[in-house]
Amino acid sequence: MFISLLITGFAIFVVLNVLPYFKGVGAWIDRRLPIFSFLLDHLSYYPAPKNLNIWYAFGALAMVACAIQFISGIWLVMYYTPTAEQAFSSVQLIMREVPYGWLVRYVHSTGVSLWFVVVYFHIFRGLMYGSYKTPRELLWMSGVVLLFLLMAEAYTGYVLPWGQMSFWASKVIISLFSSIPVVGNDIVVWLQGDYEVSGVTLHRFFAFHVVGFSFLILAMIFLHIIMLHSVGSNNPDGVDIMKHKDRNGWPLDAVPYYPYFVMKYIPIILLYLFVFFVIVFYAPTFFGLFLEAENFERANPLVTPLHIKPSWYLSPYYAILRSIPDKSLGALMMLMSIVLWLFLPWLDLSPVRSMRYRGWMSRTALITVVGSFVLLGYLGLQPAVGWYLVMSRVATLLYFSFFLLIPILSYYDQDYVVPDRIPER
Amino acid sequence: MSVKTPENMGPVDELKRSLLKKTSVFLGALGLAGIGVPLLSYLSPNRSTREAGKPISVDVSGMKIGEQKTVLWRSKPVWIIRRSEAMLASLGLVDGKLKDPDSDVAQQPVYARNEARSIRPDFLVLLGICTHLGCSPTYRPDPKSVDDTWAGGFYCSCHGSKFDLAGRVFKNMPAPSNLEVPPYHFSDENTLVIGDGGA
Ligand code: HEM
Ligand code: FES
Repeated sequence: MFISLLITGFAIFVVLNVLPYFKGVGAWIDRRLPIFSFLLDHLSYYPAPKNLNIWYAFGALAMVACAIQFISGIWLVMYYTPTAEQAFSSVQLIMREVPYGWLVRYVHSTGVSLWFVVVYFHIFRGLMYGSYKTPRELLWMSGVVLLFLLMAEAYTGYVLPWGQMSFWASKVIISLFSSIPVVGNDIVVWLQGDYEVSGVTLHRFFAFHVVGFSFLILAMIFLHIIMLHSVGSNNPDGVDIMKHKDRNGWPLDAVPYYPYFVMKYIPIILLYLFVFFVIVFYAPTFFGLFLEAENFERANPLVTPLHIKPSWYLSPYYAILRSIPDKSLGALMMLMSIVLWLFLPWLDLSPVRSMRYRGWMSRTALITVVGSFVLLGYLGLQPAVGWYLVMSRVATLLYFSFFLLIPILSYYDQDYVVPDRIPER
Repeated sequence: MSVKTPENMGPVDELKRSLLKKTSVFLGALGLAGIGVPLLSYLSPNRSTREAGKPISVDVSGMKIGEQKTVLWRSKPVWIIRRSEAMLASLGLVDGKLKDPDSDVAQQPVYARNEARSIRPDFLVLLGICTHLGCSPTYRPDPKSVDDTWAGGFYCSCHGSKFDLAGRVFKNMPAPSNLEVPPYHFSDENTLVIGDGGA
């Protein structure tokens, strides 16, 4: 193993050293396929506000997380078998008999959770600095769609190992569709492709997970970046850097994304990978949060696990569902808990972007909605009884009150004066 | 023959243009529908699944009074219970404690929308799946076996939903509605056909 590591390292070293002798080739290709000038345009000539902080690394981290999922995913599919009879045992095969199979699987299972961590921080950054405000409304909405796709991808993937939680989680989610009036039950049968969740259902989830949603995610990330680069990055002060430019049209408060921010974010990416692999090697199940004990048992349609709980990254929505004593309304509110974010650019009436210059009302609103979301995430993993139920009702009310109150609060709030240029600190 | 150039083409025929535009959009829409129908139908149950989901016949001649028989139909448990006179009498007594005593919610075929929720009062046919989150409740016919006022019924051990001996849910339970009655009929005195409501 050590020898092969050495040989590979040496080969890469040789290639990197020979590359400069082929400079002319690059220009020749670029005239026919402008791939290098494209990269130059979007890295070296992308004006990044000079005050971007660590919160702005999360977009790059989300792309790293995406790449990790694709690579480990392709390797998993080489052994994974999407049938009711073999799915569970093929995962066991990967874990026990395939060389480094355990590593590939743990990277993939840890990768989802950390992708969600990164995306939730990324969204929080957007809320904090008002990145959803004009002219970034569509950029923000494409983000909400990405969150939706990510959830669909995670859910279809969760079903694939065909353990007890896989099976029952898929049943609970699919049965939500039965609350649609009149055609609900037919839609459930249509989605399942069977009268019950079965191998047919598993196989189509596999198709959506591996090809359908994953392709849509890639396409959507591409659009996300295009939108970002046509309107430009916002920044922690929410100052519009396009107002003051030098003679060449370069914003005075901007520096080139490459090398300044690429270099700044590389150590952050390395830190992320460090945390990532500490989890993969030392706590791959992460105390039952990343991989649940129940899912190490094969799916059994006749025995329901006593306590059905969703993955942690979906639990806030599940808590909302359970807190509402009506099945249809619960399903609807669960959907609305994400859909409403689409309208945020028009619900927030304040002309000021960043929380640094917003008054106490807007700040309180932000803390409330984020706090209730985190609380809901905790409650969604607990049984819905007694105080837990009462608290999840309160948290649900607080969460939705944000959307009701933000137009009023942002209208009457006393904001501070936003500086014209990015202030020196 | 001269070639038509923008200079000598004459005035634009707006009517023809809009007609052509509308026709192409219409044909395009037809084409999309043509692609959509097979793609979406592909997802519904295939022929062997439908074949496996056909009605099943069950011989109930040997069933004793009070006995429960569980059969699988469309991979779901279906209970057949031969109810005694005493069990049927208990139904009327719990009405006040039920969420939907008159079976107003369409959880049963019309022919089972009566107090006993069945075609023949002595035979109860139910889908053995809790309407809360899909566990399979247990048959607890003996009075006082679940709590002090228990008159017999079904108890879901997952989150504690209680149902009476016609599968009607009690008030304030996690389960939102009565247990479902599948379509069925008797093809003769002793043969029950599950999955088909008969003619
Ligand atoms: C797969 C998930 C995602 C990826 C790979 C991704 C990637 C990126 C990248 C690379 C950037 C530029 C760097 C940065 O500003 O951090 C960015 C910016 C942005 N993203 Fe995302 N994103 C994802 C999900 C989301 C979601 C879920 C939202 C919101 C609901 C969102 C909203 C935004 C906004 C508003 C910006 C502009 C921020 C600013 O300029 O201040 N993104 N995204
Ligand atoms: S599934 Fe029966 S009470 Fe929850």
